[in-house]
Amino acid sequence: MTVHNLYIFDRNGNCLYYNEWNRKKQAGISKEEEFKLMYGMLFSIRSFVSKMSPLDMKEGFLSFQTSKYRLHYYETPSGLKFVMNTDLSVTNARDTLQHIYSNLYVEYIVKNPVCVLGHSLDSELFSSRLDAFIRALPYYSPRAA
Amino acid sequence: MTVLSAGQDATAKMVIFSVYVVNKAGGLIYQYDNYVPRAEAEKTFSYPLDLVLKHHDEKVVVSFGQRDGIRVGHAVLSINGVDVIGKNTADGKDILEYLKDASNYPVSIRFGRARLSSNEKLMLASMFHSLFAIGSQLSPEVGSSGIEMLETDVFKLHCFQTLTGIKFIVLADPRQSGIDALLRKIYEIYSDFALKNPFYSLEMPIRCELFDQNLKSALEVAEKAGNFGAGS
Repeated sequence: MTVHNLYIFDRNGNCLYYNEWNRKKQAGISKEEEFKLMYGMLFSIRSFVSKMSPLDMKEGFLSFQTSKYRLHYYETPSGLKFVMNTDLSVTNARDTLQHIYSNLYVEYIVKNPVCVLGHSLDSELFSSRLDAFIRALPYYSPRAA
Repeated sequence: MTVLSAGQDATAKMVIFSVYVVNKAGGLIYQYDNYVPRAEAEKTFSYPLDLVLKHHDEKVVVSFGQRDGIRVGHAVLSINGVDVIGKNTADGKDILEYLKDASNYPVSIRFGRARLSSNEKLMLASMFHSLFAIGSQLSPEVGSSGIEMLETDVFKLHCFQTLTGIKFIVLADPRQSGIDALLRKIYEIYSDFALKNPFYSLEMPIRCELFDQNLKSALEVAEKAGNFGAGS
């Protein structure tokens, strides 16, 4: 049971934060390209889902899974996107992502007068608190190498 | 195909909404809508209209304003009982111009989620084909497949890719169980009634009556089994 990585995007598609804990395979492209591809994929999935949906949706796209991992998605009304890849045993990480937004992002970034919104998050306090929070999750366990 | 009208309750029954089959190249070769819950709202309006409408994709949609079952994103389906054609009324008048004229009021307009045209379905199938591949490329784990299941709050999309690259996609209620077995069953029906049909060419649109019939009955069986499982 583990968390692989976490991305935070702003409403314009800039990747504000990225961290990985248990990533086994790199994408084979540079990090900037990977962020753009990830954002593009999520933007396309949201557009796809809104067209395909047989009924009106309230929250929209929640997550997807492949044979090896699951991607969880949470978007705030201000367009901030939280994306977390975990293994298949984690079924619902929405509350986790919401917690990261309201208790970590809002507390340590938004309320920080030095942090400029829209630029990458370089608050050490935010990084360390986020890291501690992820490691403390009940479904996180460091994989044996 | 069952069509729901406004007022009918879609929440009690768990259903399978539709089935798509995509070939190796990403082209849609088969599509079937099993259950189309088109919730529509018809209201009589007086001048001025309190909803903001705009042109979007050759249709007129609500861009601002929400009341009585009419939501943002709903399209204008008919005016005064007559179905509209794209951006114009049945008489050929531009809808936005028509609704700006106070002499045309009171007017009865029906709003609802726009039905997907065949072209749009083709585009969406190709879009999913690409997204499936990107899901595999961005994987943090080695040896991942593409997107096998995509979840939203109103539907779940299941995808099964065969060894030959054909994708079977099923859109169902999020609580519906047994879709994996259904996907395998659809693959079986495809190999029995499409592949073994001497008049069917590979990767081409599937136009085999037996395939349609067997698919419909497989969907009925799966829906009943899913409902039974959830109730007990």
